[in-house]
Amino acid sequence: MKKSICLYFQVHQPTRLRLYRFFDIGKDSHYYDDFANRTILKRIAQKCYLPMNELLLEQIKEQKGKFKVAFSISGTALEQFDRYAPEVIDSFRALAETGCVEFLCETYYHSLAALGSEAEFEHQVLKHKTAIEHYFGVTPKAFRNTELIYSDQIGAKVRDMGFKTMLTEGARHIMGWKSPNYVYSCDFRSDLSLLLRNYGLSDDIAFRFSDSGWQGWPLTSEKFTQWASEAEGDILNLFMDYETFGEHQSEDTGIFDFMKALPKAVLGGGFQFVTPSEATRKLKPVADLSVPQPISWADEERDLSAWLGNELQQDAFNKLYGLEEKLSILADPMLWADYGHLQESDHLYYMCTKFFSDGEIHQRFNPYDTPYEAFINYMNVLSDFIIRVNNAIAEKQ
Amino acid sequence: MFGWEFPPHIAGGLGTACKGIVEGLARNDVQTLFVMPSASGDEDQSCTTIINASDVAVAHVTSTVDEFIDKVKFINVDSNIVPYVDPEEYFEAIEKMKKEQRTETTIGFGQKFKFSGKYGANLLEEVSRYAQVGGTIAMQHDGEFDVIHAHDWLTYLAGIAAKELTGKPLVVHVHATSFDRGTDDMVDSRVFAIEKRGMEAADRVVTVSDLTRNIVINKYGIDPAKVVTVHNAVDFSGRENLQVERGVKDKVVTFLGRITFQKGPEYFIEAAAKVLKRTKNVRFVMAGSGDMMQRAIRQVARLGISDRFHFTGFLRGQEVQKMFALSDVYIMPSVSEPFGISPLEAMRSNVPSIISHQSGAAEVLKYALKVDFWDVDAMADDIYALLQYPALADFATKQGFDEVNELKWTGACAKLKKVYESVINQ
Repeated sequence: MKKSICLYFQVHQPTRLRLYRFFDIGKDSHYYDDFANRTILKRIAQKCYLPMNELLLEQIKEQKGKFKVAFSISGTALEQFDRYAPEVIDSFRALAETGCVEFLCETYYHSLAALGSEAEFEHQVLKHKTAIEHYFGVTPKAFRNTELIYSDQIGAKVRDMGFKTMLTEGARHIMGWKSPNYVYSCDFRSDLSLLLRNYGLSDDIAFRFSDSGWQGWPLTSEKFTQWASEAEGDILNLFMDYETFGEHQSEDTGIFDFMKALPKAVLGGGFQFVTPSEATRKLKPVADLSVPQPISWADEERDLSAWLGNELQQDAFNKLYGLEEKLSILADPMLWADYGHLQESDHLYYMCTKFFSDGEIHQRFNPYDTPYEAFINYMNVLSDFIIRVNNAIAEKQ
Repeated sequence: MFGWEFPPHIAGGLGTACKGIVEGLARNDVQTLFVMPSASGDEDQSCTTIINASDVAVAHVTSTVDEFIDKVKFINVDSNIVPYVDPEEYFEAIEKMKKEQRTETTIGFGQKFKFSGKYGANLLEEVSRYAQVGGTIAMQHDGEFDVIHAHDWLTYLAGIAAKELTGKPLVVHVHATSFDRGTDDMVDSRVFAIEKRGMEAADRVVTVSDLTRNIVINKYGIDPAKVVTVHNAVDFSGRENLQVERGVKDKVVTFLGRITFQKGPEYFIEAAAKVLKRTKNVRFVMAGSGDMMQRAIRQVARLGISDRFHFTGFLRGQEVQKMFALSDVYIMPSVSEPFGISPLEAMRSNVPSIISHQSGAAEVLKYALKVDFWDVDAMADDIYALLQYPALADFATKQGFDEVNELKWTGACAKLKKVYESVINQ
């Protein structure tokens, strides 16, 4: 059988918080920086989402359905498209109609609910599923958790929710001698297939593409196809942020030209493109994979340290999920929406203090000057939110 | 009088104190010329005449050594040629000229130096330039004053230069020492040297508290006979307490100041954690910024109290009043505080205060609660008591309000006037 390539792109935009001061606590419960959110979204739509969607659509048509990709679009990104750039939704819809594009399911708020609360996790997954059905008329069958965070426990939960496929990182410390280029299963029951990111080939495109100091530079579709055919295994999972195209790697790096040439080169090199669910159908798991501690696709460590690595993040996380019990008896949709947005993993990411190794990439996406500012601002917002929750409970009683 | 800043443009408390002092002196019939490195022109000059050192050209004029010794003319090193002149070199140059009996010096054009008047990286350079310009100003106004008064180390060299050139007595005013800015082994030796030199050259050293007086005597080796304490006061005239609508129902305990080692932020945080174990209806606020802020935030997170302990960052102008208006208890747990004006402001805003014994303010405030900075249990006790026992809080608020209203600059400056008189008559 032909070797497979599975392309999946993550689309996410956080709901950035406004500068929220102590003096605002108890007085003003609008938490978001609408201006920044709108401006950034519109910019990225112009530079990345719209041109790249168009490129993919052309390629699908040109390759007569042999070129396939998958997307996971977070609920917060969908909300922002709806509000600020509905034409992006239309262009994703056009991709959906080709039948060559799979939409994955994730937590609606791009949250760490899988680690914070089982009930909240379930709630957000269902909310996202409904949103995907609403926007694109398809029911997602494959799952990717926020930042590809995965553990045995999370895998079991996802399987129980009826998903057949889950995507995660081919983390070296988990894989050991095993190759990520095969399908694995969550455990011996083998009814949840795991697709593992090939971080080498993925990051060649996502991170190293424009690095002129890199020995692989400049990267061409022929060179990439050559590398892919040298790799052993059944399937190469290329998972990356969609913002790679036009935003992280700007247009003048030639990234669009590369992607335009890639499908033809790859198909010509004897590969086939598959979507995640297709991969599960076509390829049998070679073994099961044990992941007792959560892994992710972030940083060198491939663990949770970017979100929960320091005491600031842990305290914020604990305070946030400590509210779940109180919220469970409340039905106010405003409260629940804010609770969701406050769970976006980005807020914790901004508090990361791993300055020295991966600080650069952290800094690139960070609206705050220091993790401390991020923490103070977040806790001020959360303090106001806690007051609202307590007031709502007092009113109810 | 040599100062570094004057309201409205101030970075620290020194400018506010200087304004209080010139006003208090005016009420005691003492006129002042106030020299500052960089005046903006919007300073209130009703009680003093402000001289902007940035406007004063240092004259490069031909002069004879004899004339110089007669203190008629002032010779300066050309700033274009020697970009950095430290005070040592400057005085050496003068001494050298005296020795060489050189009869003429070169001629240059009047040179103005633009001071930032801030506390930036080239502070030491500004300080030494200020000394040169200060000396020139003293010469130009020679007939108009009887005493030279210099506030804190930044201006001591200017004071010394003025004394050297005019022979008038010098009073240096110690608002803070190097020992209040760092620990004993972290003292900046250059600053210490300037401080010591100023105190030694002075005819009288005025300190803002007995605590500071002891430091001056013990750490700088100054003769106790010439060190006099004049406690700070505070000017509340024309100030209305703000009415601010509260967003939170909980009681608020506030720390307001630079978040640095000597302000004792970590003791406040520890005490806060202890209080929160006993009562939940309270929030703690740390207002300000400083080099210990990140550590403080980590400490708060580690103790798991970040939903009850808030940071505001640096507060400006009205925000400070607003913060007081939102507070139920004010706390100043300083490890070393020459005086500490903020509890007076808090008490004036009807906020009962807890201050450390290690602050100068503790010497004058009878109705503030006092604890040792390291005694977090006592601190927690006092916070809890002020929050839970209205009788205590009401008493401390009412008495404290009356007490701080009595601490007027007029009284402090009457004492200062006596200091002046003692050096003029010497």
